[in-house]
This record gives sequence, C-alpha cells and structure tokens, in this order.
Amino acid sequence: MSFINYLSREINCKLVYYGPGLCGKTANLQYIYNKTNPGARGKMISLATETERTLFFDFLPLALGEIRGFKTRFHLYTVPGQVFYDASRKLILKGVDGVVFVADSQIARMEANLESMENLRGNLAEQGYSLDSIPFCLQYNKRDMPGIAPMEELRQMLNPNNVPDFEGVATTGTGVFDTLKAVAKLVLTELRKAGG
Amino acid sequence: MPEPQMVMFAEEFHQIQAIVDNLVRSSNASVVFIIDKNGQLIAASGESDNIDTTSLASLTAGNIAATGGMAKLIREREFTTQFHEGEHANIHIQLVDNRVILVVIFDKKTSLGLVRLRVKKACEGLGDIFRVLAEKAQGSGQTPFAEITDDDIDNLFND
Repeated sequence: MSFINYLSREINCKLVYYGPGLCGKTANLQYIYNKTNPGARGKMISLATETERTLFFDFLPLALGEIRGFKTRFHLYTVPGQVFYDASRKLILKGVDGVVFVADSQIARMEANLESMENLRGNLAEQGYSLDSIPFCLQYNKRDMPGIAPMEELRQMLNPNNVPDFEGVATTGTGVFDTLKAVAKLVLTELRKAGG
Repeated sequence: MPEPQMVMFAEEFHQIQAIVDNLVRSSNASVVFIIDKNGQLIAASGESDNIDTTSLASLTAGNIAATGGMAKLIREREFTTQFHEGEHANIHIQLVDNRVILVVIFDKKTSLGLVRLRVKKACEGLGDIFRVLAEKAQGSGQTPFAEITDDDIDNLFND
C-alpha cells in the first residue's frame, strides 16, 4: 500500500513485476536502472542464485518527480518466476499498488504464461486484491525471438479485460519504459480516486 | 483485506523521531531505523549517512516477511525478534505491534542485553503512536492526490 508522508511531502508506491520464469522481469529492472539518471534511482538489489536466477526478489527504487509538491517515489520489485518459489511470490505481493505481468511471447511458453497469470490472480486474492481492479499492465516480451505467438493470440489468452499492454524486448529496452509509465499512471489515478 | 494505507503526519513523526533519537542515545547504538512492513523507511537516527537506508529498509522488510512465512508454516503467529551478529556490527530487528519494524545497528560500544532492554521500552511508545496513525489514516479518507489532473500525471513523464 502506498505510504504518504505529509512531513517530507513524499508518496511511495510499490510496483511488482510478475510472470513465468525467464520471461524478463529482472531484465526490465536492469534496463530501467541502466537508463535512469543516477540521481533519480537508488541501488538495484538482486537476491539471486549463483546462476543468476532470482531467488527472492530484485528491488529498484525510483524517483519520478513531483506532483503538486509531493515527491513521487516508486519501489520496483520482481518476483522469482520459477513455480516452486510460490511462498516468496506471495510475500512480495504484500502491500502492492500496481502489477506488471511480463509474458514470454514464445509459443513454447504459453502454458507457463497462463499458469503464472492464474498464480498471480490467486495470490492477489489471498491478500484481498482482485486482478480485475488493481492497477495492472501487460508486456509481451521477447518479440525479437523466433517462434513467437501473434499479438492477437497473446491478447486473447492473457488480456481479457483489455488493460494497457505493450510489445517488449526488455534486453534492448523496447516497451520497457512504456510499460512502467502506464502502470505508474494507473497507480496515481487510483490514488486520486481513493482521495476523491 | 488489503493492508490499510500508511500515512505520516507531522505530530506523530516528531513523536517517533524523539523515540528513535532517545533509543540511539540510551542503547549506545550506531543507528536506529523504523521501517514499515512494505519496506518504506519511516524514521532514522544516528550515523545513518553512510548507509544505503532505502536498500536496508527493503531487505529488512523482505527478511521480516520471509521469517513471518516460516513462522506460519510451524503454526506460530510471528517471530517478533531477530538478531544478526557480525564481526564488527550487529543488527537487532524487532517487529512492533505487527505494523512496523524497529532496526538497531550497534557495535562493541554496547551490549545485546542493553539494546534489547531499551528496544522493549521504545516499542511500548511506538505501538501507541502507530495505532493512532492507523486510526487517523482510516478516518481521513483523503489523499493529497484527490485534486490532481491527468495533465499533472502526464507531466511527470515528459522528460
């Protein structure tokens, strides 16, 4: 849940990148880290195994700028995608303000995408959130790979509610900032609703 | 239910800051932090300038979350205290009222016993303040973002 500090005039929000193993969640954060002005970001932390698979989470704090005199800060987290790390994924979703689902566009990973999406829906529900109402965006990553599914098919399978979605190649940055901006906007719009 | 909104007002912040300032002095610690369970830094006191407080806050929250998950697996409600002993520095982590996390970093200038004693005392005051804050946050029903426009949001991304 966002944290509003009236004294320091700051608002902090939590974004979580979700998706199946090796879909490119960490790659999204790494690209954002590399392309952001050092003054606007903190250190990126990766709790990973020796083979660079995410073990618990990646973390990247970002300062986006000011709205009406309030500094807006976003804390970006990834979850470990591998199926057996479900207990860790549940913990990272606690207090989430917005979710990005990074899908792997390769046809061979369709089942993994669907399984991860169902897992996200279930884990959010356990925290009292609904995937249908929380700020939520999709990124269809790895569009540069061979053997990928057409966009229409991916949308039909993964985006029945027609939330903002983007084609991505996280390693080169395609779609990375578009996705981040879209989910950040949804989170801020939700905050406005909460205060209205 | 989702966790309630955390809000910090000037009055309560000054009360919290007074408690952490006092804890640094009375326990002879190097640094004291208060962090919410989602990893947001709330207050700090002591020699915090040389420490990456944002990263420390996130990792501490992750640590508390993982330990809480372990507790549930063995049918415990929470493990409220953790202690990590290093060669030069030690960290004492205390969950306060299941709402916020009190972190004390200390070295050989003091002892674990004194830190634990002072932390216990500080927790009593902190628990009361955060209960008041939670009630205030629920009662206010307002955010400073109620009046923002689409243009305000778009302007954030025009760089």
